[in-house]
Formats: sequence, structure tokens, C-alpha cells
Amino acid sequence: MTFQLLGVNHKTAPVEVRERLAIPESRLPEALRRFIQHPGVEEGLILSTCNRVELLARTPNEGADLREFLRDYYRVDGSLVDPHLYEYREKDAIRHLFRVTSSLDSMVVGEAQILGQVKEAYATARAVGAVNSQMDQLLTRAFAVAKRVRTETAVGSSAVSVASVAVELAKKIFGALHGKQVYLVGAGKMTELAARHLLAHGASSIFVANRTYDRAVRLAQKFQGQAVEFSRLYETCDRADIIITSTGSPHAIFRREHGELFLSRRKNRPMFFIDIAVPRDVDPEMNKLDGIFVYDMDDLQQAVASHVADRKTEAEKAEGIIDSEVERFQIRLQTLDVVPTIVSLQDHLETIRQAEIDRVRGRLGPLSPEQQLAIETLTRGIVNKIMHTPISTLKTAVRESEATTVVEIVRRLFNLGGTKGTGPGGDT
Amino acid sequence: MSLLWLRVALGCYAVGLLYVLVALSRTTELLNRVALHAAYLGMVFHFVSLAEAFLVSGQMASVHNAESVLGFLIMVVFLLVYLVYQTTSLGIVVFPLVFLLTFVAATGEAPFLLTSAGMRTGWLFAHIALIFTGYAALVLSFGASLLYLVEERALKSKQTGGRLSRLPALEVIDEIGFRSLLLGFPFMTLGLLAGTVMAQSTFGRVDLLDPKILLSILMWAVYLILLYTRWSVGWRGRRAAYLVASAFGFALIAWAANYFSAIHRFARS
Repeated sequence: MTFQLLGVNHKTAPVEVRERLAIPESRLPEALRRFIQHPGVEEGLILSTCNRVELLARTPNEGADLREFLRDYYRVDGSLVDPHLYEYREKDAIRHLFRVTSSLDSMVVGEAQILGQVKEAYATARAVGAVNSQMDQLLTRAFAVAKRVRTETAVGSSAVSVASVAVELAKKIFGALHGKQVYLVGAGKMTELAARHLLAHGASSIFVANRTYDRAVRLAQKFQGQAVEFSRLYETCDRADIIITSTGSPHAIFRREHGELFLSRRKNRPMFFIDIAVPRDVDPEMNKLDGIFVYDMDDLQQAVASHVADRKTEAEKAEGIIDSEVERFQIRLQTLDVVPTIVSLQDHLETIRQAEIDRVRGRLGPLSPEQQLAIETLTRGIVNKIMHTPISTLKTAVRESEATTVVEIVRRLFNLGGTKGTGPGGDT
Repeated sequence: MSLLWLRVALGCYAVGLLYVLVALSRTTELLNRVALHAAYLGMVFHFVSLAEAFLVSGQMASVHNAESVLGFLIMVVFLLVYLVYQTTSLGIVVFPLVFLLTFVAATGEAPFLLTSAGMRTGWLFAHIALIFTGYAALVLSFGASLLYLVEERALKSKQTGGRLSRLPALEVIDEIGFRSLLLGFPFMTLGLLAGTVMAQSTFGRVDLLDPKILLSILMWAVYLILLYTRWSVGWRGRRAAYLVASAFGFALIAWAANYFSAIHRFARS
């Protein structure tokens, strides 16, 4: 048996194709039922999110035609979707699933949502009965791997954009942002974005000052904030803890003396200036004042860059974890493959031994207990000697990851029936 | 026995010192936890040691315990800070100090005893306990202002992340320092008052020129200035740190002045 995966994601397919293939939650059980009825699919799972659609199946060694299912189910022309599809088998399928679940394949690497989505897909598949035995183990392992990646690496912990770096810095200064006042100077797109982030993290109210008062009013309304006349900027600014500025002014509008004024008015409580204007709105001298922290665009971008660099090494670490986990899982799978074969081999030979003893038993006449014991020992010895090599070959095959082939050979040699069976002569 | 427990506590604190290493080098979480738990365990043994010493001698005045008591109280305040703010960052400053105090206490020679005559044990107890609690709070506040300076510098020079990412936010550190000061001040004041009452009733007057008393009053004055500037002007950061450091300095000298003070001199028993 093997795992097989077919899918599209945000990297391989444009949104129109992903939309065409997406399966809404309400129709997922029905899709799963049809999926496991598809020839060759023994267990199945369907993951459908806005960034990806993946079909995962456990199939016999020769595999199944998952593309055919796709064409049938969606009634789409193959040529339309084929160029966007990727297909993985065995090890690669396992690796892909692990990477997806650990959010290494996500659009925003490290985002946490995908794990929940895979868990939901798994729950649905279980409810329908599309997932049991091996697939169950695969998914349980995938969740464990995702957790390992999350705890052992910093993937997912660092911020991504300038706006979220600004939030992180604000938190570093103020702790919780609850009750902190935000002041926007200049009503640009970037200030708006940064303000949105800060508000989302608990900052309370917003003031907006802009040279064109109308725009200030409009932006303030968006956040239920308060618009301020630009001429009253210096009188009102000390009320804010976080000031985001992005005016088109050719000179700095906040200079050291302003900073000193603000500080004395607010009893030296710290202030955080986020200056995203170029040329800068805040005189770098301000940063020298006790309790005032100034970050300009370059500083923010540098922080972002260091995060991205961090993230790259962390992602490499995560890939390492995934590699070792894929290896481990494969060995486990193959052990699962081997054990029933060993058992059926033992049962098979034991049956032969018993049958042969029964056959000649009548011809031997009455036997003393010693003689009976001797026969038992003799036959058992022969059987064990014969079994020794195949069993040890099976066991070593696991470690050399060629178990499937060896299992097949042993089963064929001893006529043990299909590879899935657990008893002698299991289903063929 | 009391000394034995104290030495066990010392051992635990020594393991707790690992915390400082961990904080400075960013190694594993596990080591961090081991160090913290060792410190807490040390606190338990420490308490046992103090309780036993107290029960045996019936008084706290056997001053071989002084460092020990102070160390213990510092740990108590540290634990309070942890309970309120969920941060152990102050351990960087606190643990080495506690270790040092306990070390001095645990390896000290025969206990010193107060020789001044006519001690009223109750007042003396109050005097020492209150002042020591004030000291402990001051130490924590000092630790907080050191951390404040370190973090402020990092933020100003745009070196976020790295080993500083573990520190609590700047305002939180500031609050810890200020709250510790607030907490310590009434203790310090009442402790000095208790000392005054005791001196009045024993000697009929307070010898203001006694070095220890003088230094203690100076320290108290700095303490007062510290609170005042914070309250009215909101001084924090560098300036506040200098003030706390000087109050701490006076406290240290006042501590050392035991050996020069007429009233606080201890002789070997």
C-alpha cells in the first residue's frame, strides 16, 4: 500500500482554478463518499481551503488514478486543470502533508490557521468513515509534526510586515496596548494600515490630524476616532502614546523642543513615534530624549528584514524536522506491513506441521510420551529453521525501507495471500 | 540545624544562579525552569532555617541571621513581583544578590549578638523586620531600574529581538520598579520610627551623628526624593535609575556601618 496525493495550491494555480475546485463544507461528506468509492482508493481525505485543494488517498501499490476522480467529480476538462496539478506518492506525499500541516507550504509561512483546517478535514473524513487504520496514523503523526515544528522552531512567531513590526515594538514599550492612544499625522494608506493593526491589538482611541481637514475627518470616522485641526497638532499631541506620522512635509515637523514639551506635559510617560514619511517627519534628535522612541521607515524595514532572515533559518530547521519525521513514519508503516506477514508465515507453517503430524500419527502406532515429545521437538525445529531466514530478512528490510517488496516476495513464495491480510490466507 | 538548612538553601540558590547564565546566553527553556525551581526550593529551606533559628533563640536579634533575613525577604518580594507580573527577569539582579547574602550568612563565623543593653525585643523585632522589608523592596526596585536602562538602550539603538526579547515591556518594568518603591517606603519609614522609639526609650535620645543613623536618614531622604520626583515629574529611566542606585548605595553603606556604629555594633558572643 502507498499514499498518494493530488492537489493544487496558491503557487500552482490561479484563483479561478482554485475556486473551480474548492468544495464547500456542506458538500464535503458527499465528495468523500464518492472519493473512497473511486477504484483504488482505500482511504481518503479531502482538504479544501481558499489557498489549496488536496486529495489524499491510501492506495494499493500500483496506485489509483486520482486525476480521473477529479475529472469525474468536477466534470471539468482535464486540460483545464492538469497543468496546475501536482501529484505525490509515498514518501513525497507524506512529506507534502507534513509540510502543509506545519504551515511551511502556506502563503504566509507559519500562519496557524492551516492546522485547524487540516484537523477539520480529518474530522469530516473520520465521521464519514473515509479514514481509518493507516491514514489515521498518518494524520495523527502530521499533527504531532506540526506541533513539533511550532514548539521547536520560531516559524510562525515572528512578525511579517512593517505594520505588525510596529505593533510588536509598541508592545515592547507599553506592554499591553489597552487604553493606549494613537495619533495619526497625515492620512495616508500606510498610516491607516498601521493604525488598524494597533487597534486590532487593543489600542483604544485614535486622533487624526491632516493638512486637509476633510480627509482627517473621513479617516477618523473610519475608526470612530477624532479629527484634529492641523494647527492644533502640537497642543494635542502629548495626549497620544503612539504617534504615526506620514506627511509630505519637506522638513521635520517634530523637533527636539516639541519632544521636550510633550514629555513635560505628560509627566515623562514614554512616547513612541513611528515615522513612515520620506523625508522624515521626526527629527532624529528626538530619539535622544529619555522616554521618546523614534522608529523611521528604515528602522522598521530593518526589523522586518531581520525577522525574515530569522524566519528563513527557522524554516530550514523546520524542513529538517519534517525530513526526519517522514523517515520515522515510513519505517513505522513498513513495520506495520511486516508484522502481519511474519504472523501469517508462522501460522501457515504451523498449520502444515500439525497437518503432517496428524497424517502420519495413525501409522506410527502407540507412542510413549518421550517419543511424542521427540516428534514435536523435531518438527518444530525444522519449521523454525526454515522460518528463520525469511523472518530476519523481513525484519532487516524494514530498516532498509524495501519492506513492501520483500513482503510481497515472501507472501508469494509461501502463498500467503494478499498483502493486506492479517491472518493466513487473508483476503486476496 | 538552622545553619544546615541555610546551607542547603545556599546550594539551591547556587543552582538558581544558572538563571542568570541562561538569561544572558539564551539557552534552553529547561535549564531556565530548573534554575527557577531551585531558587524556589532554596526559599523553602531558607524559611525553615530562619524559623528554626527564631524558635531556638526566641528572637531575631541574633544578627548572624541578618543577611539571611534580608536575602529571604528579597526573595519574597521577587516572588510577589512574579505573582503579579508573571515575569522572572528581575532574577538576573536578584539571584546573585540573594546568593551572596546567603553565602555570607551561611559561612559566617559564630553568630553575632547585640550587646546594647536594655533592648525591647518587640520593638527591635519590628525595627529590623520593617527596615529589612524596605531594603528588599529597594533591591528589587534597583534591579528593575537596571533592566529598564538595558532595555531602553536596546530600543533606542533599534536592537530589538535577540536576548532582550525575553524581557517584559518597558512600561511593565517601570511599573515593577515604582510599585516596589511604593511598597518599600512605608516599611522603611515605620522601621526608622520604630528605631527612634526604641532609642528614645533606651537612651533617652537619638544620636543623630551615629554613622549608621545618619546614613539611614540620608537614604530615607533619597528615597523620599525618588518618590516625589516620580510622582510629580514622572522621572523614570536614567534619572530615576541614578536615584535608586544612590539610595541603594546609601543602604549598602548603612548596612556596612554596623561595624562603626556605637548603637548598632555587635560583638561576638
